[in-house]
Amino acid sequence: MTVRVQRDDFDPGAELDALLAGRRDIGGAVSFVGLVRDFSDARNVGALTLEHYPGMTEKALAAIEEEALSRFDIQASLIVHRHGRMEPGERIVLVITASAHRGEAFRASEFLIDWLKTRAPFWKSEETPDGPQWVEARAVDDAATERWS
Amino acid sequence: MKLLYFAWVRERTGIHEETWSLPEGVTTVRGLIGALSERSPGFAHAFADLKQIRTAVNQETAKLDDPVSDADEVAFFPPMTGG
Repeated sequence: MTVRVQRDDFDPGAELDALLAGRRDIGGAVSFVGLVRDFSDARNVGALTLEHYPGMTEKALAAIEEEALSRFDIQASLIVHRHGRMEPGERIVLVITASAHRGEAFRASEFLIDWLKTRAPFWKSEETPDGPQWVEARAVDDAATERWS
Repeated sequence: MKLLYFAWVRERTGIHEETWSLPEGVTTVRGLIGALSERSPGFAHAFADLKQIRTAVNQETAKLDDPVSDADEVAFFPPMTGG
């Protein structure tokens, strides 16, 4: 169970291999990669800058991972979240969950990404034709978080 | 106490991080926000809509009526938009 917050890109395949190295108890692993899009609410987005709260971010992600462990039967997990400036097509976040059986890994993956969108202290600013704009929290993301409570 | 501001709360207050003395009689997050709002038009603007403000005390999510002391690290920010 690992959480990392970093400026640099990550290699999803290498991360998956490292997480599963030597394991013989895992029947399935689910990896989710979040990417920067070039559009948002009908605006063209040139790039994204993610601000975060160093210290709290790591704690919040670890707490979210703890919660996933208490709810789902997963044997390994990894969250890597980037901060700083990223262009469309770049990777932002990686969530890997691994379990003896695929169902738990799928559910834990969805839970982790739903929760970290609204519970980890990151803020996105988009570069748009009208200048930088802070991304507003979305009701659909709040609803996605709420459905797990 | 240590105060931190993020995203547009940081932009409106014009401050990212500072050391501040908790005014006498202020015991809650809500009271602290009230005291901060009186510091400048920028602070008043940042805290004008409490529905848009989230708070952490010592790096844990806090509510408006949670207690604060002069030894705390308190952070103010908009709703989170990670992932």
